[in-house]
Amino acid sequence: MPDFLLELFSEEIPARMQVGAAKDLERLMVGMLTDRGFLFEGIKAFSGPRRLTLAIMGLPAEQKDVREELKGPRVDAPQAALDGFLKKTGLTKDQLKVETTPKGDVYMAVIERKGRAAPLVLGEIIPEVMGKLPWPKSMRWKAGDPVRWVRPLHSILATFDGEVVPCAFAGIKSGNTTRGHRFLSSGEIVVRRFEDYEAALKKAHVVLDAAERAEIISNDIKQKAFALGLEPIDDVGLLAEVSGLAEWPVVLIGTIQDEFMDVPAEILQTSMRTHQKYFSLRDPKTGKMANRFALVANMLTKDGGKEIVAGNERVLRARLSDAKFFWDEDRKHSLDSRVEKLRGIVFHAKLGTQFERVERIEKLAGDIAAKIGADVTKAKRAAHLAKADLTTGVVGEFPELQGVMGRYYAQHDKEDAAVADAVRDHYKPVGPSDAVPTEKVSIAVALADKLDALTGFFAAGEKPTGSGDPFALRRAALGIIRILLENKLRFPLAVSGDLLTFFADRLKVALKEKGVRHDLIDAVFSLGHEDDLVRLVARVEALQAFLKSDDGANLLAGYKRAANILKAEEKKDNKTFTSEVLEGHLSESSEKALFAALGKAKGAIKPALEKEDFAAAMQQMAALRTPVDAFFDGVKVNADEKQVRENRLNLLASLRATLHQVADFSRIEG
Amino acid sequence: MAKARTFQDLILTLQSYWAQHGCLILQPYDDQMGAGTFHPATTLRALGPRPWNAAFVQPSRRPSDGRYGENPNRLQHYYQYQVILKPAPANVQELYLGSIRAIGLDPDLHDIRFVEDDWESPTLGAAGLGWEVWCDGMEITQFTYFQQVGGIECDPVCAEITYGLERLAMYVQNVEFVYDLAFNEQFRYGEVFHQNEQEFSAYNFERADTEILFQHFKDAEKQCRELLTGKKLALPAYDQCIKASHAFNLLDARGVISVTERAAYIGRVRALAQACCEAWLETPMGAYTPRYPSKEVG
Repeated sequence: MPDFLLELFSEEIPARMQVGAAKDLERLMVGMLTDRGFLFEGIKAFSGPRRLTLAIMGLPAEQKDVREELKGPRVDAPQAALDGFLKKTGLTKDQLKVETTPKGDVYMAVIERKGRAAPLVLGEIIPEVMGKLPWPKSMRWKAGDPVRWVRPLHSILATFDGEVVPCAFAGIKSGNTTRGHRFLSSGEIVVRRFEDYEAALKKAHVVLDAAERAEIISNDIKQKAFALGLEPIDDVGLLAEVSGLAEWPVVLIGTIQDEFMDVPAEILQTSMRTHQKYFSLRDPKTGKMANRFALVANMLTKDGGKEIVAGNERVLRARLSDAKFFWDEDRKHSLDSRVEKLRGIVFHAKLGTQFERVERIEKLAGDIAAKIGADVTKAKRAAHLAKADLTTGVVGEFPELQGVMGRYYAQHDKEDAAVADAVRDHYKPVGPSDAVPTEKVSIAVALADKLDALTGFFAAGEKPTGSGDPFALRRAALGIIRILLENKLRFPLAVSGDLLTFFADRLKVALKEKGVRHDLIDAVFSLGHEDDLVRLVARVEALQAFLKSDDGANLLAGYKRAANILKAEEKKDNKTFTSEVLEGHLSESSEKALFAALGKAKGAIKPALEKEDFAAAMQQMAALRTPVDAFFDGVKVNADEKQVRENRLNLLASLRATLHQVADFSRIEG
Repeated sequence: MAKARTFQDLILTLQSYWAQHGCLILQPYDDQMGAGTFHPATTLRALGPRPWNAAFVQPSRRPSDGRYGENPNRLQHYYQYQVILKPAPANVQELYLGSIRAIGLDPDLHDIRFVEDDWESPTLGAAGLGWEVWCDGMEITQFTYFQQVGGIECDPVCAEITYGLERLAMYVQNVEFVYDLAFNEQFRYGEVFHQNEQEFSAYNFERADTEILFQHFKDAEKQCRELLTGKKLALPAYDQCIKASHAFNLLDARGVISVTERAAYIGRVRALAQACCEAWLETPMGAYTPRYPSKEVG
């Protein structure tokens, strides 16, 4: 079956948008084709600096025929209704049939649409898809035309089975030509099919597939680094970005001048990555950053890239001179002396300046330090200095180095090592893959920093919404959760209301990955008095293990049965059963047994919970399974005699209350 | 394709290149401004339906970039070369690359790239999409398709090409310290501008009288507003907007404007720019219906 090829050729597409645009193009095209009854064998989408490409394999040459019957107005309906129906169907009155229905005689239109040729359908779809493609940011460029594309569009290549699919978008008519590399190729290239296309582009110095470009870059960097006894420092984000900046990637190696090598590696690396998109290299033996970098050009030159490397080295020297200047200047003033300057930096309109924030964090860090056994003086000192690097030149230039620079400056000021580390690590974890701080002083400041942000923003009414979390509060809450759990820290969060619910939600997300059931977290959380996450998780985990056991599953079933009966009867009686079970009214042996078992369990569960021996608490619950099962087998709850019935209901309520000591079983699914 | 060996060669080459490609060669605007975009030949002419092709050098002042003549490439006064093409021709990237060849940068030996960089001027209420053009990792040009100026949609869309002349010259001349640039065969850039940088850095950061500047700002704002009431005078009003903007930049460099105030000041300048742009669209040269007598209209 024939193939379809589409290429949308424009001026340079931002690297960050390319891959997403190709995916959107594929998604929209697939949707429209299937809506029109077209199935195909395969589809591939490609993106690069100047083009989006879609290749569809095995697309039928013709659409299937469609027969459609449409019911119209009754024959005695007003003329206007009939006119409307004729207009809608595009038929004349004598082409309509009359059909007798229970509601009377109605007009019927039979529309038979002959399947149309694929190129005709494609010609209609292409402009529609292009109009719908959701660029994150797009522009107008045609006078008097509201049409948008990411940058001016230059050509549309559209062929089906080797022939041009006629269509137009933004006044540009489709054709069968494209262009190669901007500098390494000239003139138009005529293309009929995907196979010619990919090969012709390669000849014209364009690697079509972004994944292939990334692989070329990654391999070349590795090889060139290896030849120098070095290895690249992995940077997936950068690799994806530079793959979108070159149609014909060429890796070249440049040298960093010695005078910059005593500047902290993080500064060099950040400057090279953010400003210049260079890869850093390191010595695999020592792990130390090397005085070489890898750059990815989009050009092959006669001189083997000599001028390009020289030019890039020159640019880098200017960049690093700037960075080094800041680094040297910054160290002329101590971090301590910079704290005052935080008065001039607004943290948030409703939450005051960074200085005020530091004052709060300092106090909080001291309190937390006392509770978790960290050095209070050091924690307060670290908190005091934690934000001071925001006033430095390096952090002004590279905000992502906040904390990292603070540590360097703290070390330079001869601050205590734990203090310096905490200045850096209090931002941690900065993402799901980042490690949490493990030193107590760092932990105290990290918790204080995040708790202050959370309580502050929640109090100011700046809660995250479904679509937005501008202050990264989810990350902050998750950070706190991870710090506490991974360090097994016993520390009451001392939060309530919305914020506690927010934590519960974050906790569910965090534990979901570990296979912990979210309903069990709810069940424990909804007891309402648990803000010690370590204890909470231990309880949830014990509960989950228990429910997996035979006893647990059966007890849960028994609980549900009891709860359902109670619910129905409580509704009927319009009251809640909470009274004492009267032993004297118990007659059946199985209800006596359950009463005894409950008495024993209730007495044992409480101290077990208090000792945080959750396994023991679960064991006590397990002991209830047999008497519960026996009770339901041998006893009719709704006895005729009122007193007996109420007593039995109170017995079930006692079961419910006993289990609710451990968790709210009504929240447990299954 | 001889290299533009001196700073003034570079300017002359660009002037003749863009003149050959149909641009009016205008002169710098005689007001202090932060960038060539403030030149009325860009801000105002970018609006309205009339075609417009112009190129000019614009001295640009960024008071807070002063480094007392000690930084290798940062200047509080420097030159921009600006080209404005309306409507943007379909081959505008090719035209631009032609100018790069003309000044002696051979794209076959270098790595020329168009890297995403959307431009926005909060003070002018202007925004556009485009790139910074890289030559071997060095940003040599800002390339923008204007979408909006003074809060008004541009139609037709124009292309704005802005070369940072000193930076470009440093690249062409292979010089690392801006003051070492050959201005012509006889003078170095430092001989022309080093003292200027020293003195103006001191003025910008230490000596500029902030009370006077605040008053300048207020006066300019007031005069601008007045010129836009009654019989509107869009061009003189826009002059006042430029003056207000520069007064703000100086105050900012003096460090007397707090973060929150900063946004408010920018908003005030933007409001002036917007009002000027709206007034401009009511004038003969800005209006949709050409009222200025010219041959085409007959």
